[in-house]
Amino acid sequence: MDFASGSTKGILLGNKPYNEMYLSDGTTRPHYLSYEHWLKEQPAERLSQKRAEADALFHRVGITFAVYGQEEGAERLIPFDIVPRVLPLEEWIRLEGGLKQRVRALNAFIHDIYHDQQILKAGVIPPEQVLCNSQYRPEMQGVDVPGGIYAHIAGIDIVRDDAGEFLVLEDNLRVPSGVSYMLENRKMMMRLFPELFSAHRVAPVDHYPDVLLDNLRSVAPTGVADPTVVLMTAGAHNSAYFEHAFLAQQMGIELVEGQDLFVRDEAVFMRTTQGPQRVDVIYRRIDDDFLDPLAFRPDSMLGVPGLLTAYRAGHITIANAIGTGVADDKSIYPYVPEMIRFYLGQSPIIANVHTWMLRKQDDLDYVLAHLPELVVKEVHGAGGYGMLIGPASTKAEIEAFRHQIIATPERYIAQPTLALSTSPTFTGQGLKPRHIDLRPFVLSGRDVTIVPGGLTRVALREGSLVVNSSQGGGTKDTWVLEA
Amino acid sequence: MLSRTADHLYWMSRYIERAESLARLVDAHYRMSLLPHDDAALAQSLRYTMTALQMEEAYWARHDTIEPRAVFEFVSLDREFSGSILSCLRVARENARAVRGSLTSELWETLNSTWLDARTLAARSSPHADIGQFVEWVKERSHLTRGVTIGTMLRDEAFHFSRIGTFLERADSTARILTAHQTDFQPGADAGAVPDPFEWSVLLRALSAFEVYRRVYRDVITPVKVAQLLILRDDMPRSLLRCCKEVYSNLRSVKNEHSAETERRAGEMHAMLHFTRMEDILSSGLPEFLEQFLGRVRDLGDRIAYDFLVPPAEA
Repeated sequence: MDFASGSTKGILLGNKPYNEMYLSDGTTRPHYLSYEHWLKEQPAERLSQKRAEADALFHRVGITFAVYGQEEGAERLIPFDIVPRVLPLEEWIRLEGGLKQRVRALNAFIHDIYHDQQILKAGVIPPEQVLCNSQYRPEMQGVDVPGGIYAHIAGIDIVRDDAGEFLVLEDNLRVPSGVSYMLENRKMMMRLFPELFSAHRVAPVDHYPDVLLDNLRSVAPTGVADPTVVLMTAGAHNSAYFEHAFLAQQMGIELVEGQDLFVRDEAVFMRTTQGPQRVDVIYRRIDDDFLDPLAFRPDSMLGVPGLLTAYRAGHITIANAIGTGVADDKSIYPYVPEMIRFYLGQSPIIANVHTWMLRKQDDLDYVLAHLPELVVKEVHGAGGYGMLIGPASTKAEIEAFRHQIIATPERYIAQPTLALSTSPTFTGQGLKPRHIDLRPFVLSGRDVTIVPGGLTRVALREGSLVVNSSQGGGTKDTWVLEA
Repeated sequence: MLSRTADHLYWMSRYIERAESLARLVDAHYRMSLLPHDDAALAQSLRYTMTALQMEEAYWARHDTIEPRAVFEFVSLDREFSGSILSCLRVARENARAVRGSLTSELWETLNSTWLDARTLAARSSPHADIGQFVEWVKERSHLTRGVTIGTMLRDEAFHFSRIGTFLERADSTARILTAHQTDFQPGADAGAVPDPFEWSVLLRALSAFEVYRRVYRDVITPVKVAQLLILRDDMPRSLLRCCKEVYSNLRSVKNEHSAETERRAGEMHAMLHFTRMEDILSSGLPEFLEQFLGRVRDLGDRIAYDFLVPPAEA
């Protein structure tokens, strides 16, 4: 599975990346001391046997993702690394504050642009950037959603630069995925190395499904006392199907496909063995475009005809709401710090990665002059595709990309090549530093909550900064250490 | 529960049961082929069996003659043939995967590893020596699946739809195996002596009934008793009566406001078998009886689909 949109980073430049486990003088960071002590005591055979055990278990349990464009039904494991990524509590507390702040502002932004558009009127964001964006949904204009919440589940991709600063690389507000790996990785670690968990106070994550369900119930249409929540999937051939089935099971709700639902009198029902049953909240894991063939793509076989009408009438809650994509677009990303100031009157706790917007002449000039050292991304690209990593590209590749940029500069943004932080990781040559990022999952309902940690993705190839599972990325368990 | 979920559970169980039935059939014939035997008799038994299972056309599309070895491999391991044991295990697993959230994790893992292991076993280069082992293994996996189902699943709709699938498939399968052997039951064959003991042992072994027969009758094998055991014995797990009884009782546990007629027909089938005498079936013709029975099984399957699994739009 590809954990939603592209978080691909540039290649390491001159600066030495921040090592999560070791200080620059080679001594161990305090929050890793006890783990490292344990690790040194483990015989190599035990560790490789445990790695094999993890693989076998993941296969048997069917924790796989479907691979598109390969043999029908091909399923692959996402490589799991047994060395956890450890965050000390004080770092987590700061991150948590920054993430909540950011998601509050993003929700306020989406509500605003579908209502009064104050932020556009105030001139903070150029109106055409929002209103002409293909992810802006005019159908949502003036529609009130319960609690004013649009992005109920947000996956915010965080990286750490060479100075040890956390930065937001990307917001995922449509159908962010990967949380099942966060949960399964923890389960796997506890199964493989129970002794580690009695020796460390690792903040638990396994209540995530409860918190999620509670949030989903809290945003049911008004007047529904005991809402029926369902999870909507594109089906067993979707790359993230395991996660859909897993979450539905963990929450004890039905896993539905479009064909299981129908709309009658502006209300949504599912077909059951005991006749039609009313549905109140849909946690959907398919894109806007496929939700309702009458409103969006008419060729979609995945959706439910009439769903948008029921939604606009306020008879069903859809999470995430329709039209959130406009807020996680790469062309809107540079404005998020401004949103935080505008809606919350606060200064951002976690900064953005510096971003050049190539529709601006000055930025374009700079970027064209510095292509070999920058990362250039297509505004609507995802999954690490449609991008240029300057330092890792040949002259010819750079020149080819230069032509594309000059043809349609508004389609691109550029960022400095970050030396992403590294974490020790098992490789063919033993334990080696590999680049990582972090995707925490931010839930909004009655309140904004985050299960401590998130999904740590790791680029397994030496020197690679691409952590996407579709491009050779793996995952690690993420520990927030309580004291 | 979702109609589609019930549908997947039903077919998951049907395909596992089908894989087991096929494994028994292959096993019975495979054993026969290892003993000193009449080649023509073995080939004929295989041909009748494939006819009853509606596999002949697919077989002739691949082969020119009935070779026991080729038949065994075709029925067991042919990945191109949708009716092979391997294909059944794949389809069972695909159905399970579509509703893995409605299964206990033990049941899902059992079905998943069955398919993963089957694929590995089938991919081995020299299956020549392994057919017997393969079908033995398939039976074990089916036993395990059934045990895990009964041992871990909540007795809710999911369980009942899965059981309906199992027993409807089993009824179908027993009736087809009997159909393949129907000439042995013809009037006159009942004189007491048995034309071909191999034939009977194949039939009985294919239904796990060989030892049971000895235990129940303590007598030589006679057609009437064989038919009695496989059709009308209430305590014989693969008999038609037993299967109908199970279908009926599971169906009653999931009834909805449309399903009264389906339930009535299932009850009627059960009552018919319950109150019929073997002599009556044989004198009015076993082939006709079996044909009618298979038609009723098909009808019941269609009605269950209509009432529960794939209800018409807006139902």
